[in-house]
Amino acid sequence: MQGTIELLRRPRLCMGAAIAGKKEGEGPLGTGYDQVIEDDLFGEESWEKAECRFFYTACDTCIRKAGLTREQVDVLLGGDLLNQITSASMAARELKIPFLGLYGACSTMAEGLCIAAMLVDAGHVRTALCAASSHFCSAERQYRFPLEYGNQRTPTAQWTVTGSGASLISSDESLPAIAQCTHVTIGRVTDLGVADANNMGAAMAPAAADTLARHFRDTHRTPGDYDLIITGDLGQVGHDILLELMRQRGVPLITERYIDCGLEVFSPGQDVHAGGSGCGCSAIVLNSHILERIRRGEVHRVLFMATGALLSTTTSQQGETIPGIAHAIVLEGCSACSGAS
Amino acid sequence: MFDKNAKPSPRRQQQLDRYKQLVERMSPNSDMGKGLLRAFWVGGTICTLGQALQEIGKAWLGMNNTAASTFCSTVLVFLTALLTGLGVWDKIGQYAGAGAFVPISGFANAMVSPAMEFRREGLVLGLGAKLFTIAGPVLVWGVSASVIVGIIYAIWPW
Repeated sequence: MQGTIELLRRPRLCMGAAIAGKKEGEGPLGTGYDQVIEDDLFGEESWEKAECRFFYTACDTCIRKAGLTREQVDVLLGGDLLNQITSASMAARELKIPFLGLYGACSTMAEGLCIAAMLVDAGHVRTALCAASSHFCSAERQYRFPLEYGNQRTPTAQWTVTGSGASLISSDESLPAIAQCTHVTIGRVTDLGVADANNMGAAMAPAAADTLARHFRDTHRTPGDYDLIITGDLGQVGHDILLELMRQRGVPLITERYIDCGLEVFSPGQDVHAGGSGCGCSAIVLNSHILERIRRGEVHRVLFMATGALLSTTTSQQGETIPGIAHAIVLEGCSACSGAS
Repeated sequence: MFDKNAKPSPRRQQQLDRYKQLVERMSPNSDMGKGLLRAFWVGGTICTLGQALQEIGKAWLGMNNTAASTFCSTVLVFLTALLTGLGVWDKIGQYAGAGAFVPISGFANAMVSPAMEFRREGLVLGLGAKLFTIAGPVLVWGVSASVIVGIIYAIWPW
């Protein structure tokens, strides 16, 4: 066994919160978010501050929805896409919860959930909060061009989601619970030579295939054992490649039970090319739409796997290929979680 | 990875080649026909507008050829800067591609957009330092190329 860990005490995912931007609010999942912020700047004076406020608001909303106070949260795990993960750190400065900053590019939500679930499972902490955020405008200026620059996007390019999602994991049985975390599979950095920063889906798909294959091997399960397999932001290209890679590996995914958050978050009419991306993409889709479906009992066992492209503008300009990563966590719905742990 | 002369093993190379083929097969290409058509009509319209400005300058404003072409450039640069500021030009650029940025309009957009974007980091280290992030390379290599052409022209004047 390499990388898959069974969480024997079944820590519970108690609450999720998703704060989305305007374009995301206009998307097909628009009604499910806790809050849709119409103003891209969120009342702040820079995109970075706006993103920080998204992060803060998601955390704050999640804690309040769970009926807790900040003092009752033992640790906050989170990150974002910006250099030195400033959105997360500066939000943590306000939240005053002990903080572990994470960088997993767009896989951050899953990375946070995996670590939080393990911390809670091991009994080191009682309640952990995980969050991730991204902002279209802050990501564009860091990774690409000024916003108003009239460049043309390629068909494989993806649109960074503006938004932030937070999830609360706890062993406290007095809290409401949506799902229990049963397994985590930690990703391996995988690189099959894609250097095109406008085709992140293709760069990340091999990592997703590797994590999935190891997960199935370690747990002796098959794709049929899951009601839903969710990838973070592979987009149309990565989605198609992952299906093909899994077919080649002899563990084909069931198309109807596989979704990608990047394809769910926007509709094709929103001119986002290959779909959504960014830490916020999987974070807001998981913490609204997916958790709601689990809560309603539409799906019982889901595998949530967010993928990240671990490049920087520097390595990209130096001609380095793009390393990808994918972390997975299994969530099982529980209408009556108490006693399960 | 740290051995500069190391080549991937044949098996790894085969894996990389196969994946490259898969990515190429799965990734949609830009629609060349549509792209050309859009670039042609938008670029053509901008150039027609430029020509009209020159003619207006000469016919009605009493300009000579040099003044009229300066007038044309100035107005096009101004209009692009204005449309960039209003948040419209990036949409034109996304639609028309090279049709929007090959005329002088592209240069104006390349200067104004970083100025707007990096203003927040201050007038010196933000706007001042980053103003030429997009136009800078064009200037450096454009000027260098013209120097080389100039030298060749000075040696073999034809």
